[in-house]
Amino acid sequence: MFKGKFIDNLPKIYGTYTGGFIVFIILMAIAEQAGMSAKLIGIFFVAFTVLIYALIGYLSRTMQTDAYYVAGRQVPTVFNGMATAADWMSGASFVAMAGGIYFKGYGYMALLVGWTGGYVLVASLLAPYLRKFGCYTVPDFIGTRYGGNMARLSAVIVLTVASFTYVTAQINATGTIASVALDIPFEIAVYVGLASILMCSMLGGMRAVTWTQVAQYIVLIIAYLLPVFWISNKMGAGVFPHFMLADEVARIAELEAQFGLGEIKNSAADLKQVPKGLAGITKAHAEVNTTPWKFISLAVCMMAGTASLPHVMMRYFTTPSVKAARRSVGWSLFFIFLLYSSAPMLATLSKLSLMDPNLATGIIGKSIAEVQAIDWYQNWNQANLMFVSDFNGNGTLELNEFFMGGKAVVLATPEIAGLPYVISGLVAAGGMAAAMSTADGLVLAISNALSHDVYYKMINPKAETAKRLIVARILLVLIGFAGATIAALEIQGILGSVIWAFDFAMSGLFFPLVLGVWWKRANAQGAVAGMLGGLIAGTAYLIAVRSGYPGFWGVTQLTFGIVGSLVSLVLMVVVSLMTKAPDAATQRMVDEVRIPSGKAILGKQH
Amino acid sequence: MSKQQQHWEKTRMLLFITLAIWFVFSIGIFFFGAEMEASSIRPLGYPLSYYMTCQGSLGIFVILIFWFANRQEKIDEEFGYTEREDD
Repeated sequence: MFKGKFIDNLPKIYGTYTGGFIVFIILMAIAEQAGMSAKLIGIFFVAFTVLIYALIGYLSRTMQTDAYYVAGRQVPTVFNGMATAADWMSGASFVAMAGGIYFKGYGYMALLVGWTGGYVLVASLLAPYLRKFGCYTVPDFIGTRYGGNMARLSAVIVLTVASFTYVTAQINATGTIASVALDIPFEIAVYVGLASILMCSMLGGMRAVTWTQVAQYIVLIIAYLLPVFWISNKMGAGVFPHFMLADEVARIAELEAQFGLGEIKNSAADLKQVPKGLAGITKAHAEVNTTPWKFISLAVCMMAGTASLPHVMMRYFTTPSVKAARRSVGWSLFFIFLLYSSAPMLATLSKLSLMDPNLATGIIGKSIAEVQAIDWYQNWNQANLMFVSDFNGNGTLELNEFFMGGKAVVLATPEIAGLPYVISGLVAAGGMAAAMSTADGLVLAISNALSHDVYYKMINPKAETAKRLIVARILLVLIGFAGATIAALEIQGILGSVIWAFDFAMSGLFFPLVLGVWWKRANAQGAVAGMLGGLIAGTAYLIAVRSGYPGFWGVTQLTFGIVGSLVSLVLMVVVSLMTKAPDAATQRMVDEVRIPSGKAILGKQH
Repeated sequence: MSKQQQHWEKTRMLLFITLAIWFVFSIGIFFFGAEMEASSIRPLGYPLSYYMTCQGSLGIFVILIFWFANRQEKIDEEFGYTEREDD
């Protein structure tokens, strides 16, 4: 069926895969009509997709270093874009983002701007130059550009802190979804999630992760867009929701005024009854509800963090050329845009279907007893994601008496809007794909840095290929287990730790990476001071704010990267200027990096 | 000025233009959130502030990256720095 090389057949292979997945959805829909239980449909969806990823992971196994570390540098532009989009969009983007917009409105949408705007920095400041460099990992670039094990090690430390903070949240998300879909306890589900993640990455490293991520992107984007379009059409809100929901946004503002949003405050005693983690609507849907600085500082942190997160950067090491790396960033953002521009639309549809008394699904204004008798309310109330209570005792549900978990916006809206259960199963598979693909990229980023930069470059430079790749795999499993163990403890929420990861990465790596390309005078001493000083300053500020320090310049625990990266910049410039300029060979190397043609700085196998 | 310096000069110029546009749509306009909300410019009927955060700026970033990539390719071509297939 597929003649010739795998790479040449990619459109055909993934076309067949997408077709097969759609047939699977239709089969499930037929099975649902024939009476298959909701639980069984959920199990089928998650199990079927995870098995496919594992199969792709197995077929991509390799024993070559450049295939293991950079997928052989032959991933075509558009496919790398899809893989990056899956790598990038985590459980937080898929499950939590629409919920955040639903509850917090405009102030929260700083994340949308930040998580997309960062790619302009990636494309213009870094990706093409790092691709020309020909490195395997981000610390590989830092170590070679600045020279010396100290610089390399500092980069590994920052990378590990940022990526590990991020990965526990992702393993937590795979565990949550697996436990709901497969109906097993969370503590066990976390390890089921981990096993699926390792199956995708262990045998084939970056090569396997690349091809599973493309497959995961296809699943997650179908799972996100299909319900948005379906609900919008079902409600009669518009054939193409993105361009046609202006009336709905206006209608929500009207209803907010009608229901007295913000005027009626719940007492502390009333709020005590509400289960932990659930929230009511307290912020207007589309109004500007935050100060410009709060919005901008959060967006800035997310943008600089995007340009410093190693698991994203290393995706651009896999393209065939510098030119392809640049274009690939554009494709990545395009594929991300498809989901991000849909999240506010989903939040709008979800809110309106609950609020509008003119719609059959609206619950505000109905009697409490009536709402409590609704099937979906009972299901999600049991899952601890929905709650109503008659605070004022008038027997009717008011806007301030309805509470929901952030995850419910994505997970429960299809059911609320009356879509068949097959869509809910699809959404679960999509969430699983989003969390798994990001976890894969992160675990690989950490273990590659430890195996390539610490083990091979610093401890045992004479190690043979086979030994290096075995060490890489052992580290992969160890890091996966460490992540799962911490995830099982459930210390932080998903979204909070994701934002921290961006701040950590920005504190330690943003300026050392950017100045490595754009400032020839930057040297090893400066870079080490910048990386470690930035990371320490950022972390110290975070700890101080969390233990009660009011902070300065309006920098909060979500934006501590601003403090970290400024310290990093100042230290890096001052220390660089006080110490000797880099030698002529290093300066020539930087010149080489700046032109796309010619040989890579580091050889094909290094 | 050597050929390489000229190439870098042009590359830097392109970077500054790209970052300037990026700055306007990622940071600049959000200093004026309240003004955008009150504005009579309503793309597709949405309030301007809402529209920019959920589609406008995002879409501009996508276009900006492709535009930047094209311009950079032209600069590389002009100085003969385009990669060959066998590199």
